[in-house]
Amino acid sequence: MSPTTEYQHPLMAAYWKQLDTRFPQVEEVFEDVMAEALAVLTREGIDAYLEAARVIGKLGRGVEPMLAFMEEWPSTAKAVGESALPSVMALIQRLQKSPNGKAITPFLQTLAPVARRLQSQELLQHYLDITLDLKARTTGSIHGHHTTFPSPGLPEFFAQAPALLGQLTLSGLRNWVEYGIRNYRSHPERQKDYFSLQSADARAVLQRERHGTLLVDVERKLDLYLRGLWQDSDQLVPYSTAFDEIRKPVPYYDKLGIRLPDVYDDAGDISGLDRYRAALAHIVGHRRWSEAQIADNWSPFQRMAVEFFEDCRIETLLIREYPGLRRLFLALHPKPVENACDPETTSCLRHRMAMLSRALLDPDHGYADADLNDTVARFHAAMSEGASSTREIAALALSYVAKTRRQSDQFARVHFDDTVVDYRDDNRQLWKFIEAGDEEEAFDAQRKIEPGEEIRGLPPRHYPEWDYSSQTYRPDWASVYEALHPSGNAADIDRLLAKHGALAKRLKKMLDLLKPQDKVRIRYQEEGSELDLDVAIRSLIDFKGGATPDPRINMSHRTDGRDIAVMLLLDLSESLNDKAAGSDQTILELSQEAVSLLAWAIEKLGDPFAIAGFHSNTRHDVRYLHIKGYGEHFDDDVKARLAAMEAGYSTRMGAAMRHAAHYLAARPADKKLMLVLTDGRPSDVDTHDERLLVEDARQAAKELDQQGIFTYCISLDPKADEYVGDIFGRQFTVIDHIERLPERLPQLFMALTK
Amino acid sequence: MTNKDQYKVEQEPFYQQQKNEVALYEAAYRNRLPVMVKGPTGCGKSRFVEYMAWKLGKPLITVACNEDMTASDLVGRYLLEANGTRWLDGPLTTAARIGAICYLDEIVEARQDTTVVIHPLTDHRRTLPLDKKGELIHAHPDFQLVISYNPGYQTLMKDLKQSTKQRFTAFDFDYPDAALEAQIVAKETGMDAAVAAKLVKIGGVARSLKGHGLDEGISTRLLVYAATLIKDGVAPTDACRMALVRPITDDADIRETLDHAIDATFA
Repeated sequence: MSPTTEYQHPLMAAYWKQLDTRFPQVEEVFEDVMAEALAVLTREGIDAYLEAARVIGKLGRGVEPMLAFMEEWPSTAKAVGESALPSVMALIQRLQKSPNGKAITPFLQTLAPVARRLQSQELLQHYLDITLDLKARTTGSIHGHHTTFPSPGLPEFFAQAPALLGQLTLSGLRNWVEYGIRNYRSHPERQKDYFSLQSADARAVLQRERHGTLLVDVERKLDLYLRGLWQDSDQLVPYSTAFDEIRKPVPYYDKLGIRLPDVYDDAGDISGLDRYRAALAHIVGHRRWSEAQIADNWSPFQRMAVEFFEDCRIETLLIREYPGLRRLFLALHPKPVENACDPETTSCLRHRMAMLSRALLDPDHGYADADLNDTVARFHAAMSEGASSTREIAALALSYVAKTRRQSDQFARVHFDDTVVDYRDDNRQLWKFIEAGDEEEAFDAQRKIEPGEEIRGLPPRHYPEWDYSSQTYRPDWASVYEALHPSGNAADIDRLLAKHGALAKRLKKMLDLLKPQDKVRIRYQEEGSELDLDVAIRSLIDFKGGATPDPRINMSHRTDGRDIAVMLLLDLSESLNDKAAGSDQTILELSQEAVSLLAWAIEKLGDPFAIAGFHSNTRHDVRYLHIKGYGEHFDDDVKARLAAMEAGYSTRMGAAMRHAAHYLAARPADKKLMLVLTDGRPSDVDTHDERLLVEDARQAAKELDQQGIFTYCISLDPKADEYVGDIFGRQFTVIDHIERLPERLPQLFMALTK
Repeated sequence: MTNKDQYKVEQEPFYQQQKNEVALYEAAYRNRLPVMVKGPTGCGKSRFVEYMAWKLGKPLITVACNEDMTASDLVGRYLLEANGTRWLDGPLTTAARIGAICYLDEIVEARQDTTVVIHPLTDHRRTLPLDKKGELIHAHPDFQLVISYNPGYQTLMKDLKQSTKQRFTAFDFDYPDAALEAQIVAKETGMDAAVAAKLVKIGGVARSLKGHGLDEGISTRLLVYAATLIKDGVAPTDACRMALVRPITDDADIRETLDHAIDATFA
């Protein structure tokens, strides 16, 4: 103990000795942390605490872990109980023994906030388990080196843990961590970005796993609510609450729409949806009844009081409209305890205003304060006349503030407990300023728009990808760039068609037979397939009545129309450049011939159809090449594009199918058919797991099925039986003799649509 | 001769005048002008016609039109009998013979070729040719034709021809304003005014959602049903769900919004 300390309580000296350390930084804070520890921990707890601190001090990791532990443990123990210490120490030991020693400090630094979120030892244990799992699976070894590389994401994860637990349940956290491990295990930099919440998909997965009611899910209900109950409507714009820890935005509205948080958790009995409704009702009230006041001459305190009063005025009016809102507002409104705030030491203005606000809405508020009750009575008197006005209520607010003012209102320490009414907006529309002051925030200031990159071609569309091992989608995973296929010489295709002239003739015969059609009834036929009973009876009556009967008493059927939209999706991956077995043509050339014939055949039939090719070079670059659109005919432009078909890169089939489906789904046809012509299993260079893209394609096929699109695969891969059934069920054909493809493809199409 | 009295409206139906439609109708009837009553479903069109028939003391023959109705369903037809055929007057013919008010409800539901048979009855001729029977009926001096139609249903397929529309004088009905509608609900069911006003408020919520997933708002008729249920001792929130919300929509979002409106109103 340093000699400068004047007096040392003998007990403190004993504790210090027990701690057995010589870090001066520890000595500086020792008295304070011990005071806190003594207040919270039992006698045995103190011993264990000091012993643990001693051990951590001796780990050889400097003073930081020890300091962190000593500062954090008492409040941790307060939240989850002292008995959690052994498991925490066990985790520290595990970290110490692995290369992850550096993560001990961040772990200890966020332990207390995490414990406060979890509030039970059992949940803390789950958290520790998740941590251990993350450690074990991301601690790396490269080519035979034994676990030498520390987990890159672990320290970042600890730093984010309190924020994450604020928004996720433990199982949500587990899923989020799981996603990070699975996708970035072998990529240290991306792993860091993920676990520090920097990367886009970290946020996207977080959003997906969040608890609570998401605005996007209830947007239509809220829109109906606004229209139906309040005859109002506006754009509902979500703002994110997940990443803005400091500012904690509140709802507001401006010219562009009503801004609401992107998610509301249930608050007690009140569902997230009802919280949205409360916020919306409140904003509607302002829009209906509030008038902007000139704020220049009022102090911030006066303005705050006016806001509280005005909020209560419009809520009273809202309740008049729909009495049920009272229950909702009161359930969400805090109920400040009288005398909870000590005016000697703290600024109690907020507390007084919140109490008054409660009393104005709640007839059974039970507050005894005379000024308060007097003001409540005056408020109700003013409201009994009708709607009152912002100005009249502001006068009442100012007089209340003046009457109850205290010196302590100016104190820096403000009593905030139970004073935040979170469904109310920030009242920015309530004020107008004649002169621009420096204390007011400039809400409507023009933001400088950063000159962005020039967009070349179409911007990418993002599609999710199915991850079979976790049975979840990876949000916005694949970027699909769509472009027009380059053009070549259209005459080449005409030559190909001429070459298959004989085949074309046979196809034409089949086409004529191919008419699956709607039945239309033709009545009043002298000869037909069925008796039309109504007409027959009428004729009989005419006959019996002596008039000339109408002989046209039969009806027959006619078929009409064929309503199929077709999408032909071509795999243009590298492997198409191979020579087909038993032929001197490449698979690409054969496909070209086959597609030309098919296009010619469908054009003859008159079905609307489109052709597109795809290949991919990692998930960031899936290319979708437009060859023929539904609006185009099979003319020279299209033939020229078909003639220039080239093969390269890999096969990310799922993304291409989803993109093609969004065109096909928009067609008005009764039946929608997507033909996928491919020569191999889905794969890509950035995917090591063979099954992943197969499963994704299978999921895409399922999605398409739900959209009413019938997918059919024509595979040229002799080994396709291994996987193609997994993707397309029974909707596939494997063509073994590839040289017969030009003949088989149109036949297949006709068989499918017969 | 058909018994005229069976078509008489015996008791005074309850009808709350909205503006001056009763006087206007009386003027139209004095001059035997055909009348068309337009308006959304359940707003009181049929009740109005019934009331007017009672007030004028004339028999009323109502025909609910449907898609399968043919001209002979209106005019009449020969029936087969053991030894020959017998002519049976249709409702329109009967009305023209006995001098009744003939009310064709939801006329657009009938096929267009059917509606044409009313043409000669609706202009200065006031005649009805029965081509099958070879008879020309001159309408009774008391005869009047009234049709109703709901412009809300209008589709390309179901609209009246201009040549039909332009033979009628027209009343445009709508749901009455809130105070009046509350009064109607209260009088019709004997419900107290405060509850009736709440019901009307819920009706207003649904009506402002029309076009946003609802084809029609809650009609006055449904409000009366709800009031009847409440009067019978059903809890108001249940009665409203049963009579007001469930019949009009299967859309979960709208149902939930209306349910919320009910809870917020009957707190």
